Amino acid sequence: MIRSHLPPLVSGTLFGAGLALGGMTNPERVRGFLDVFGNWDPTLAFVMGGAVLVMAVAWRFVPRMKHPLFAPKFALPDRSDLTPQLIGGAAIFGVGWGLAGLCPGPGVAILFVHPLEAAVFVVSLLAGMMLQRLVSERASPAASS
Amino acid sequence: MTLPGFPDAAPLAGLAGGVLIGLSAALMLLGAGRVTGISGIVARAFGISDSGMSYSSAWTFVIGLPIGAALVTWLTAAPTPEFMPLPLLAVAGVLVGFGARLGSGCTSGHGVCGVSRLSQRSLVATATFITAGIATVAAMGAFS
Repeated sequence: MIRSHLPPLVSGTLFGAGLALGGMTNPERVRGFLDVFGNWDPTLAFVMGGAVLVMAVAWRFVPRMKHPLFAPKFALPDRSDLTPQLIGGAAIFGVGWGLAGLCPGPGVAILFVHPLEAAVFVVSLLAGMMLQRLVSERASPAASS
Repeated sequence: MTLPGFPDAAPLAGLAGGVLIGLSAALMLLGAGRVTGISGIVARAFGISDSGMSYSSAWTFVIGLPIGAALVTWLTAAPTPEFMPLPLLAVAGVLVGFGARLGSGCTSGHGVCGVSRLSQRSLVATATFITAGIATVAAMGAFS
């Protein structure tokens, strides 16, 4: 019980700490990064750079491992097709990200420090997710995901 | 340390935060064999998605996020940032949730895990949401 829950708890806590330390939980910083035509704040490029650098090393271990350390097998995305859903979804996501200066991780991460803003954002986030599921099920009733 | 020409930037804190995020995603990848896509994990925890990690793992991860952020916020005595008005946060939340699910990922899954793997889908998605975010902030600046 404790052994199986420790990795996701440590991972979630580390992630939340990284978001706060890097400034991703500060909407002014996030919107400052997107404000390339105004008063541009490049901080988030360092956040992304640091994260991508560490992960680029981690990916190199995967082919050499028979299975993950605490799980029987790897379950990784393997699609490479560029679809209208991917691009349209990312565009809609980007508009919301620019409006609020928050994305899903930081929205959840600020729950204890800024409960009101977090609650409004996260409840709307969940509503948007449910709406997307509803729309996709209407579009293709057989393939519910 | 500041960046020449950008007095407001915090490159070292940014880099340190990024390394923590990378370590978290690396632990998830090499420990659990999964990519850390927060929109997917949140959807899983709330029963909106039927695939991915177990409910209990998703919940444990989701609870870890505000614990980690609160610890850092208190330890660094970070000043309270200014948020956008609540109605705008609500509209943005719907767009972010809808778009992340439709586009199969968000800043963490595509932006960190996918980009570091040079996934074609993630590179395109990341370029798209950064461009859309830049356009949105620019448009709001032009109309305010």
